[in-house]
Formats: sequence, structure tokens, C-alpha cells
Amino acid sequence: MPAKRTPARDSGGVGQAPTGTGIPRITPGNGIAGGAAHDAGDGSTALTREQRLELYYYMRLTRSLEERLVNLYRQTKVVGGLFRSLGQEADAVGSAYALDRRKGDILSPLIRNLGSMLVQGARPAEILRQYMAKGDSPTRGRELNIHYGDLVRGFVGQISHLGDMVPVMAGVTLSFKMRGEDRVGLVYVGDGATSTGAFHEGLNFAAVQRCPLVVVVENNGYAYSTPVEKQTAARSFVVKAVGYGIAGERADGNDVVATYEATKRAVDRARAGGGVSLIELVTYRRKGHAEHDNQSYVPPGEIERWERENDPLDRYSRVLVERDGVTATDLGAIDARVQNEIDVATDDASAAPMPDGRDALNGVYADPAVADSLWFRSGVDAAVTTHERPAAWGTHDG
Amino acid sequence: MAEITYLEGIRQALFEEMERDPNVFCLGEDIGAYGGAFKVTEGLQSRFGEQRVIDTPISEIAIVGAAAGAAHMGLRPVCEMQFIDFISCAYDMLTNYVATARYRAMLPCPMVVRGPSGGYVRGGPFHSQNPEAAFLHTPGLKIVYPSTVADAKGLMKAAIRDDDCVLFFEHKYLYRRIKEDLPAGDHVVPIGKARLAREGKDLSIVTYAATVWKALEAAEQLEREDGLSVEVLDLRTLLPMDDAAIVATVRKTNRVLIVHEDTRTGGIAGEITSRINEQAFEWLDAPVLRVTAADVPLPYAPSLEDFVLPQTADIVRAARQLARY
Repeated sequence: MPAKRTPARDSGGVGQAPTGTGIPRITPGNGIAGGAAHDAGDGSTALTREQRLELYYYMRLTRSLEERLVNLYRQTKVVGGLFRSLGQEADAVGSAYALDRRKGDILSPLIRNLGSMLVQGARPAEILRQYMAKGDSPTRGRELNIHYGDLVRGFVGQISHLGDMVPVMAGVTLSFKMRGEDRVGLVYVGDGATSTGAFHEGLNFAAVQRCPLVVVVENNGYAYSTPVEKQTAARSFVVKAVGYGIAGERADGNDVVATYEATKRAVDRARAGGGVSLIELVTYRRKGHAEHDNQSYVPPGEIERWERENDPLDRYSRVLVERDGVTATDLGAIDARVQNEIDVATDDASAAPMPDGRDALNGVYADPAVADSLWFRSGVDAAVTTHERPAAWGTHDG
Repeated sequence: MAEITYLEGIRQALFEEMERDPNVFCLGEDIGAYGGAFKVTEGLQSRFGEQRVIDTPISEIAIVGAAAGAAHMGLRPVCEMQFIDFISCAYDMLTNYVATARYRAMLPCPMVVRGPSGGYVRGGPFHSQNPEAAFLHTPGLKIVYPSTVADAKGLMKAAIRDDDCVLFFEHKYLYRRIKEDLPAGDHVVPIGKARLAREGKDLSIVTYAATVWKALEAAEQLEREDGLSVEVLDLRTLLPMDDAAIVATVRKTNRVLIVHEDTRTGGIAGEITSRINEQAFEWLDAPVLRVTAADVPLPYAPSLEDFVLPQTADIVRAARQLARY
């Protein structure tokens, strides 16, 4: 198994200043990772017991909601593809938790960041209605899965073209800067998206403009079937920060607290006017690209090893019990609450109506608000037969 | 009231809209201190500052993408493509992200993407393009391409005030070649309305941008030499297209010649022809004809460029054929 896909227990970091010409060393304790960076922003990344339990709640909600989606997918109630984040719940939840919703921070998730949307206030019923293409889903049946947004709650809907959300979030955070607002943006990309032109252009633009933006590279080992070694010749993704003249840090994406802390340092830096940071979160994608993918390209035993040795929920449960004095009963109560919420949401979403076909014509533009219906769908005769004819035309006389 | 150029009309529109609305800002390559490759943004940065007139890296994807993000937040960005030829670099961002934002995500994207377009200037294959047809096929975008000073100014104001993304094509051949006195006050030309550039009764030329002027030249020659009364319809907006104005001129003259500077295959003339076919077939006394550029990349040498692009003599020849039919 390639070394870079082993569980990344040690988080290394890259120095903040783009002064040196040498390749930064990604070693534990190097650079900004660690206590020194706590001076930025509010000076603390400490979490209360209540907050630590809330992290657990969001991770459990992410996993259980996706498990429910699998059931609905097998019942063909999910009409499109299903994308899992099994094993990656910690990095999505921990990083999003570093934002401040009260200040109006905004993130843009990628396909495996359901957890980040839940942290920002997305609700299970919305997610289920999206997947089930319901008429009262957030996109009224226009878009799939978690592709939707809500600026009020602070998340912008992604599109399928990877990397595109980096320039868009550069613009969102540019608006924060132009208006002097105390807000920060965060955008997720995967290891694969770092190969796109949009990633490069957006990151460079944001860096030059010193936008208050955190770019999270979620390195889960694979882009569809392509392993990281075929995506980049760089030894890690965090080293790319040096080329853009921005701060960078690498953290263990399966450790929710480490993820939170690394992201919080970047968020504080952005809020303090320190510009863009690149955070590499090392994790592992235990399911295929989508539910249909049999993962035949994965070396035998790799998935099982990550499941056994580095499941983010197992790890975090142990930490809570061993270090924070949380009991199994406490965690069980959270699990039961999550299950209940998902059951209620499933009933709600199942009962929701599918959209009326004609709604497809609404809302392409503000003006005109409704697109023209095609004559063969309008219940009228062919357009040519409804025309008034000139009296002298050919063999017709009107 | 002074005579101003087409370019100055656009510059005035930008200036006045930035004065009127603090949410309007410009971004693009070399548009700040330098004032843009053609000086369309000259003086804007000294008046409005570096925050509202932003010099960007050479990154059309980032320019358009960042504009979209800022537009979501209530700003009204105006992006400059240094030459409109480079808009193809941002094709994904425009067609996949921007054009779909309102529909798929209920996210407004009020923004303008503008740039110098068109040939007749010895610009060669990458500084002469007319890529409007490539975007006509994308629901969610609007496309304008003015031919007069008044329309250049008035449509730019309308584009900035529009709640969706408007691609604003500026013909660089016209930048400093045409001048008009503009009426004082706030001059806004509505998007989606064609303009009757010349009235006639024998045949209609439907066109837009620089070829409006070639069509008008041809119309004068045809009247002088053939006694033909030629109507010229300047579309001004290509998306949404003013079907009513097109049908009205077909009903009036029953003969239509479509002229555009862009290449023929997949060009806008085909779409206009189809609409006439669907909506006014019985009013035609002759097949719809078109005069366009040849289907080649636009070459540099004057003899080659002049051969490829539609000329007044081509329009005259085609119109005579149409009148005889």
C-alpha cells in the first residue's frame, strides 16, 4: 500500500511565508501546525464539551442519513446516483465547524461534504427531497443530490465541473473584502479537482486579492478510479500553497478535532486579513465514486484496513469516552435522536409530491420569468396552421 | 451636447452606472491604470479606486467565476475580456455555472461580460472573432451586440441593470469610426428589442453589429441603381431574439436577406431562418438567403480578410438575386 494512503496521524505543515525557494518539509510539528498559530484570530481553538458532542452529532447524522439514502436508492426512490462520504465524515464536519455562522461565513461543499452542509443548517428532509427529486426540494427537482445552496444559512451549491467553485468562492469572499464585512468563505475541492484550470485560476486570483478564503483540499486517495499518484507529481497537496504565496497546513482528516483546529487557524487568519490558506485534509474514500462503482481498482485489503483502523466515528467515540468522560449512554442518546430525525424526514420526503412538468419552464431568467412552451407541447395545432395567411399567397387564399 | 464615439458611449455608460450604483464594479486584465487595451475603462480607476476597478491576473475563468460569486452577494460586476476571442477560456464557467445559477440554485447572477469583438481590422484569427453563436445556444444568458453609439451606451446601461448575465459584444471596427450626438439624461435601451435602421418595402435585410452599416450602404446603392426600397432591421439583441420585429418585416416586404459577419455554418442566420419558417412561412415570396463570412478561421492579410468577410458588394449582389426571385 502506498505510504501516502496510510492513515495520517501526524499533521505536518508548511511555513506561511513564501520566502524560501526550497521544498517545504512535511514533517510533524513543522511550520504553522501546532500551538504557535493559536495566536491568530481569537487566540483559541478549544472546544467545550457541548461543542465536542455537537461534532459527534453531525458526524453521526451524516453517516446515518447516507445509510438511509442507500435504502431509498435500493428501493429506486432515489432517482439518480448516490454519492457517499463514508469514512470522510470528520473532515467535512470538523472543517465546517471552524466557520462562524453568526458572522455569516459561507462555504461551498463538494460531493462528499454533506456533513459540512448539515453543520451550516441543512436539514435531512431537504437532502432526502433533493435525492428523491421532489417538487418541494430546494431546487424544485432541477438538480441532484446535495447540489443546492442557501446563502442565508451560508452554503453555495456546487456544480459538477470540478474546481469551478474556487473562482466562485473567490468572488463571494471578494465581496466580503470590498464591503469590509467580517466574513470568511471556505471552499472544498478533492484531490482530483486540484488538476483543473479553474482551481489554479481561482486560487491564484484569490491569493492576489488577499480574499478571506480557506481552500480545503480533501485528499481521499482517489478521484473516481484515479489514485493520487496519477493526479499529481507533487509529494503532497499542501506544498502547492508555496507556489501561490499563501499559508498551508496539512491535517489528519479523520481526526475531527485536528481538522477543526487546522481549519480554525486558517479561518482566523482569513478573518484577520491574512488572506487565503490551503488546508490539505488527508482521509480515505471507503465507497466508490458513486453507489454503482465496484471499486475494482482498489488494492485488496485497503478499504478494510481503513475501516478497521481509522474510522473517524470510531476514533472520535473513543476520544469522547476516554478523554471527555462521555458515556456510551450519552452517545446512544445522540444516535437515537439522529435516527428519529431521519425517520421523520423520510416520512416527510416520501409524502412530498414530484414537480409538475411545466414548472421546468420557470425561472431561467428573471425576465422573462417563463420560457416559451413548444407548440407541440402546448395542446394547440402546428404553429404554421394557426397563422393568418396573406390573401394572395400561392394556392392558398387564407 | 457633443458628438461622442461608440467607445465613448460605452465608457460613459460604465462611468454613469458606477456613479449611480455602488454595487457596480469592473474587473479584467489591464483595465485599471492602463485603462484597457482599447481604453474603454480609461479614467475609471482614478475616479472609483482599485477596489472597484480591479486589474486581474490573466485568468478568464477566475474573472467570470469571481464575478458570479460577487453577483450572488448582490454586487453587479462588469468583466472585460481583453479581446472577446478569449471568452472561450471562460466557456465552462459561463455556460455551466453562470447560465444555470438562477434555474438550478435560485442564485441570481447579475453580471456583464463585455469585450472588443469582430473583424475588418486585420486582427487575424485570435483578435477578430464573433463568438456570439457559441452562446446563443445557452439558456440563461442574454446577448447584445449594438451597432450605434446610442445603442452601445443605452444597452450597456440596460445590461448592467439586468438581473441576469448579459454578454455584451462591442464591435471594435466601430469603436472610433462612428460618432453621434446623444440626448442628455439617462439613456437606456431595452434588451430584447430590435431597431428599424431603415424603412423599405421591397426586401428586408436582417442583421446586427458592423454589418448594419454595410447593409445601409448596400440599401442606398440598391435604391440608387435599381430603384429598390430596402428595409434594414438591426437586431441589437440576439438573445432573447425579437421575433415580433423579424416577423413584422417579413410580412411587410416578403423577402429576407440575413447578413452577419460570423461564419455561416451554425451561425445565427440559420436560427433566424428557422424562426421565419415557423412563424411567417406563408408571407415569404422567396427563400430566405444569407450573406455571411466563409467557414474559415479569419485570416490576417487584407486580401484574405476582405475575401472572407461580407462586403457591401456581396450584400448588393445577394439582394438583387432575392429581388429577382
